[in-house]
Amino acid sequence: MKSVLLNIILALIAAPLLPGIINRVKAVFAGRKGQPLLQLYYDLHKLLKKSAVFSSATTFFFWVGPLAGFAVLAGSLLVVPQAQGKSLVQFPGDIILFVYLFGVMRFFAVVSAMDTGSSFEGMGASREIQFAVFAEPALFVGLVTLARKTANLSLSGIYSSFSWHDGTILMLVSAAFFIIFLAENSRLPVDDPNTHLELTMIHEVMVLDHSGPDLAIIFYSASLKLWILGSLVVGAIIPMHTGNIIFDELIFLSGIAALSLAVGIVESCMARLKLLKVPQLLIAGFALAMLALIFQIM
Amino acid sequence: MKNSLITSNCRPVNSETIPVFTVGEFADEVLRLSGQGQRIVNYFAAQDKNRAVSLFAVLAHDTNGKLRILSSGKIEKEFPSLTPDCVQANMFEREIAEQWDIIPVNHPWLKPVRLQKPQKPEMFLQSYSDEIHEVAVGPVHAGIIEPGHFRFQCSGETVLNLEISLGYQHRGIEKTLIGGPGGRSIHYIETSAGDTTIGHTSAYVQALEALSNCNVSARAQALRGIMLELERLANHTGDLGALANDIGYLPTASYCGRIRGDFLNLTALICGNRFGRNMICPGGVRFDLDKRIIGEFLKRLEKIFADLTNAVELLWNTPSVMDRFEGAGKISRETGEKLGLVGIPARACGITRDIRFDFPYGIYRLAQLPVSTYNTGDVFARAYTRWLEIQKSVEFINNQCKSLPAGEIKISCGVPASNTTVVSLTEGWRGEICHTAITDEKGSFKSYKIVDPSFHNWTGLQIAMRNEQISNFPLCNKSFNLSYCGHDL
Repeated sequence: MKSVLLNIILALIAAPLLPGIINRVKAVFAGRKGQPLLQLYYDLHKLLKKSAVFSSATTFFFWVGPLAGFAVLAGSLLVVPQAQGKSLVQFPGDIILFVYLFGVMRFFAVVSAMDTGSSFEGMGASREIQFAVFAEPALFVGLVTLARKTANLSLSGIYSSFSWHDGTILMLVSAAFFIIFLAENSRLPVDDPNTHLELTMIHEVMVLDHSGPDLAIIFYSASLKLWILGSLVVGAIIPMHTGNIIFDELIFLSGIAALSLAVGIVESCMARLKLLKVPQLLIAGFALAMLALIFQIM
Repeated sequence: MKNSLITSNCRPVNSETIPVFTVGEFADEVLRLSGQGQRIVNYFAAQDKNRAVSLFAVLAHDTNGKLRILSSGKIEKEFPSLTPDCVQANMFEREIAEQWDIIPVNHPWLKPVRLQKPQKPEMFLQSYSDEIHEVAVGPVHAGIIEPGHFRFQCSGETVLNLEISLGYQHRGIEKTLIGGPGGRSIHYIETSAGDTTIGHTSAYVQALEALSNCNVSARAQALRGIMLELERLANHTGDLGALANDIGYLPTASYCGRIRGDFLNLTALICGNRFGRNMICPGGVRFDLDKRIIGEFLKRLEKIFADLTNAVELLWNTPSVMDRFEGAGKISRETGEKLGLVGIPARACGITRDIRFDFPYGIYRLAQLPVSTYNTGDVFARAYTRWLEIQKSVEFINNQCKSLPAGEIKISCGVPASNTTVVSLTEGWRGEICHTAITDEKGSFKSYKIVDPSFHNWTGLQIAMRNEQISNFPLCNKSFNLSYCGHDL
């Protein structure tokens, strides 16, 4: 129990560090010094001191969007297995809850973007939904495979019970999860978090009109989402539980850090995909998960 | 039947020898020449001292290096539009209509080019279908670029039509130059398109020197050539980096950003200004390259070029980059010729068109540069042509530095001749720059007309975006990288 609480607190505190690590890796590749590791903390602090500006065209949905998004993420943090594959809340079938919590978050993000009536935000929302259509089934099939493998229907049940012996399936599923992880967190090659070109953005364009504390919540939620989906990937790649809280915690944290490193390397080594080709990448993720399921059933 | 006057780059002609056609014959003659494959490089209206407005056209024959000049008689209210038969006249006629309140009859899409005067709500091509949505971008952009308004008609993510509306940078440079040349004239020219300082200033001083019959020394010509190629190197490098940045390809983007600065610093090493301001003056150049600086200069150039080669070759060797570049924003050779594209976009679709080669001037008469072309007309072709030109420019600078002719760098430039017309063409890094000066009986500018390559090429970008993904617009736009202030003047 104590270790699970520790996990949640760690996630809430350390999540904004992940974008810092990614940016630092990218800076090294580009031959720059890069921004401080703690930059996002400074940004959050700065934004929280500001006041928010609301366009007169917006309504209730606009300001409720970021809050609802954060609430949903906080909820999924309770379910997601972290170190030792344990979570605070677990019940059979919570895998479905987990996936749809992200669906709810997306709903609020899209609705609050559409609420501004801006053509850019509309385009961003349409792209976000289009890609979610491909990402969601891949995540589901991956989780179903793992559920069948471990004969368990709760996330932490699944994650605490598999081991190195499940190699092939774990490899395929974690590859699929990594693709979904990149897409859901709007990282390269699906989206470019650094771009300022309204016409090409997906996630960034949906939050163009948010400011001040609202924007801070959005940034914070984005880093928390990175952590939560990252836990799924790390748990599948390193299915190792020593039983010792400290060791397991260290393994998990270094896994998350290594994942951020990997994201930084991917972002430094390749260009962004054409928007038309993004569904192909997501379908590849789906195919990997499906392959794992077929292996499992046979 | 009368014939238009044949002249060449920077050759002054007596204004009275320019044949005057009636309005109808003028149109026929321009269309006849354009039908022969000649291309409109300048087409404008000017006023004589009785305030009578008449049209002037300058056409270029790319293969024999000849220019043709002709003018029309007095225009009262309207004149027949050439645009339905010759698309190249489109922007020029819209400009004439805006500046002189005369109407090109039968122009298919007559609206102002620069919004110089207060307008009714602007006219845009619109669709009333429920399937098609409109996206308006700018004039204020998310990035730090110049202001311009872009209106897309989209079906889903596909662009059906793009219309570009500029003029936010209009400063009235051409109008200010009338009555010149004065002390300020050259500074207006230097900043007419800030990133093309050397290109525009070269065109201006060449026109002035031609008017005053001043023969600049070979050493000054060589130094001007070196500066022009340095400007090309810096901007092409910046463009390749910006293209990489637009597709999120980090390494080339970061390195080219730095290397562009290195080239700018090389420019500053010669003249103390990173953009080459104050380097070129009528009669020659202000700063010399002495032995000591040449050593340092060539050493730095070699190192910068080695770094640049590493950074740029990453682009061609990365499949994800090539996937984005190839096939994006395609323009066919036929379209390019029809629109009269110039510079990189023209050469990228296989058109051999380069003033340094076709209408050689200054040092390029002695040291010829081959024309770098590619044939696919897409973003890749425009990027790759830039890389080909970078290699040629570095070679050119190296050769010139090693064999700099001796001589004065500056001689005094006399007074411009009266009643004379001169067309001065240079190849700036964006493409053909055309300055046309007409002097009055006192030798002052009666009309000074600047055509930046962007003026020809913005239409090309509109056409390149048809049936393209709207998310590819920034990439296509960057592959043209046109000037807003050079267009707006």
